[in-house]
Amino acid sequence: MKTHYLNYVAGLSLIFLMASCGNQGSETSQVLGGSAAEQAYVAPGEYDEFYAFMSGGYSGQITAYGLPSGRLLKEIPVFSKYPENGYGYSEETKAMFNTSYGEVPWDDSHHIELSQKDGEFDGRWLFVNGNNTPRIARVDLKTFETVEILEIPDVAGLHCAPFITENSEYLVSGTRFSVPIPQKDVPIDTYKKNFKGLINYVSVDPEHGHMELAFQIEMPGFNYDLARNGKGKSHGWSFLTTYNSEQEHSLLEVNASQKDKDLMAVINWKKAEQYMKEGKFTERQTSYFHNLMNEETSIVESEEKTLTKILDPKNCPDMVYFIPVPKSPHGCDVDPTGEYIVGNGKLSADMSVYSFDKIMKAIEEKNFDGNFDGIPIINYEAALDGIVKKPGLGPLHTEFDGRGNAYTTFFISSEVVKWDVESKEILDRQPTFYSPGHLVIPGGETKKPDGKYLVAMNKITKDRYLPTGPELAHSAQLFDISGDKMKLILDFPTKGEPHYAQAISADKIQPNSVKFYDIEQNKHPHATLGESKTRVERDGDEVHVYMTAIRSHLAPDNIEGFKVGDKVYFHLTNLEQDWDVPHGFAIQGATNAELLVMPGQTRTLLWEPKKPGVFAFYCTDFCSALHQEMSGYARVSPKGSDVPIKWGLNEKLRENEQAAHDFYEKAKQNANIGK
Amino acid sequence: MSLKQKSRLPQLLMLLGILSLGAVFLFPLWQITLDAAQFPGGLKMHIWVNKISGSEKNIIQNINILNHYIGMQYIEPDSIPELKYFPIVAYSMMALGLISLVLNKAWAYLSWFIIIAILGALGIYDFYLWLYDYGHNLDPKAPIKVEGMTYMPPLLGEKDLLNFYVTSYPHLGSGFLGLSSILALAAFWVKRKSK
Repeated sequence: MKTHYLNYVAGLSLIFLMASCGNQGSETSQVLGGSAAEQAYVAPGEYDEFYAFMSGGYSGQITAYGLPSGRLLKEIPVFSKYPENGYGYSEETKAMFNTSYGEVPWDDSHHIELSQKDGEFDGRWLFVNGNNTPRIARVDLKTFETVEILEIPDVAGLHCAPFITENSEYLVSGTRFSVPIPQKDVPIDTYKKNFKGLINYVSVDPEHGHMELAFQIEMPGFNYDLARNGKGKSHGWSFLTTYNSEQEHSLLEVNASQKDKDLMAVINWKKAEQYMKEGKFTERQTSYFHNLMNEETSIVESEEKTLTKILDPKNCPDMVYFIPVPKSPHGCDVDPTGEYIVGNGKLSADMSVYSFDKIMKAIEEKNFDGNFDGIPIINYEAALDGIVKKPGLGPLHTEFDGRGNAYTTFFISSEVVKWDVESKEILDRQPTFYSPGHLVIPGGETKKPDGKYLVAMNKITKDRYLPTGPELAHSAQLFDISGDKMKLILDFPTKGEPHYAQAISADKIQPNSVKFYDIEQNKHPHATLGESKTRVERDGDEVHVYMTAIRSHLAPDNIEGFKVGDKVYFHLTNLEQDWDVPHGFAIQGATNAELLVMPGQTRTLLWEPKKPGVFAFYCTDFCSALHQEMSGYARVSPKGSDVPIKWGLNEKLRENEQAAHDFYEKAKQNANIGK
Repeated sequence: MSLKQKSRLPQLLMLLGILSLGAVFLFPLWQITLDAAQFPGGLKMHIWVNKISGSEKNIIQNINILNHYIGMQYIEPDSIPELKYFPIVAYSMMALGLISLVLNKAWAYLSWFIIIAILGALGIYDFYLWLYDYGHNLDPKAPIKVEGMTYMPPLLGEKDLLNFYVTSYPHLGSGFLGLSSILALAAFWVKRKSK
């Protein structure tokens, strides 16, 4: 069945490509004859103009690229453990993966949202959803570190997330799959009766960025796919596309593609806020986790929450509406003025553009075509501003350049089409290689786009790069959109599937970038603030090593008295106060990861020695000309042996031996007293 | 210019000289810059009349870390006695300046000029001795040894020291110090002429 479907799609593309082959020719000659390389070239030592943050799809991470060079700057671990720096393995960061299902060290990250103020990016935080185990993460753009993850309860496939409002009031996050609420053991064919979809409003603290699940709206059991929030005049409203208004539960590719129109949800969240204040919600017991990095200690604190507040549209009139939208919609995008909302039916040949003013008028005049579960359905014609006729096949996502133009990706016909938002006239089209998903213009979802570049992210890429076995590199394609016609100026490979990206002017992030952590502000309970304070302490079969790192030695560098079966915690503090001098820590036989400790920071690795011997540890991050010498030994004795704890570094060895002896004697005395 | 105003000019000049001397507490006397490819903008160390600082926090620690490869002693401002008594000298000179201003005699201005000039020269010589000590008195166990190499930064000028290009020049504080001596000399000159 699937093959048949693909053939159908391929057939359609062929017809389409034949019709538009003239345009393709001109595009190729543009690339060959123009100064594409020059436009994407950023000379050594010079900076890119924009940061582009791309979600890693099934890698669960985010990658930061420079635009227009396409240079990969950093991979930011978010939902997946990352042995490169110990994220998720160090004792401080393990709790970031706590969920109501236990530790989930992986996810599928989809939509990047940068924080906004007055409808423009402010460069403070980055939010991204975990699709598989529904979660939203926050990355602090001062440090490019994941500092918070909030689980969303009772949803499945948190795809329609985390779309931000124009002052970062909320991250609107709808469930992709509807499920029984609360979860229960029911036959799947009772979908229509038992399955519901929740749309979640997560509030963002304006000062610290901390997230909180403010409320959930219980909606009919559809699939909620994508969303955008209003801006300017439409601020206070959310628009979410849905599919499967058929409410089917099997063979969706056929059964959920029967109706010519699905429904777009239109939510007045200011009204919802008001209903919350009036107490029109119901509370339900559930379980979800909130994991937050403490800024002072740099340790993740995890809290289980057990209560959610739910609004039911039936009890909350004028809060939720539907509008018919062409077949199986995907993208749902609001233009910079806040007036136009583009609803793309991915299985439709046309695109519907709605007018916010007309939607408001229709609501006022109660121009409804019935209702679904009590939710009024606004008359399609009344809300419609116009239709973009036959722009291509499989319209997915639309972004805007701030000059009245919209750019839409077409998955099936593999192209980006530029059209005029007011006149709905098609202005330009450029092929992509091969099927694009999302596209991004820096600031393209805000009130003030930087309409200079456009990146189309490919979902299926073939033959753009040297082959790498059965799995090929995914591709991003950079277009210059400053002129009348789009111009392809660069291809660059990406990590995972680059699902969505947002790009922001570098000057909103670069000046605030933290160079190192101020060691005087390090409030980690196991920090060692100075080499003279390094020590080893035994507490039963737990051993705590308070270690420091500075170019080019670890202190202490020789430790004896470990025993098989001990739980050894290496608390490593990096004493450096200089930019880009992290130190690493690795020890043979560690079954988790290494550590990468930033200057001024403390990180802890748990090591459980399994056999007697002398094991080397060393710094993994090349830190100086004497980096190779930055190492030491840990002596492990058999379980039950009485080798005393002993540690040292050079001349201080003798002194420390005495201290160790005293400590050991004292510990023995204490033990005797205990007996 | 009236006669009365003219008679006040040496005192005014001396007052400016005293204020100018006070500016050594507001600006560094000397700047040593270490330039290397891996430190964009260079590491800038500032020597003041009463402290040693960097253009950014922690630069002294970072310079010490680099210096330890060649066995140079750590720069520890707390262990440099000059930084404690130079401010006293500066305050004393400001007080002496006030006395000369009250006396308003040519010999008083000249004496003050001579003392500050001698002190300035001694200060530079003392600075040279410190640089010599840091550059020559190296730890014999240092990890990096280059045969015959000393690591003394230039007192005034520029020099290659391993991977660093070191520049050493007076900074604003020295400018004000120089200005203060010129103003005292001018006070002396005008006072003598007005006789």
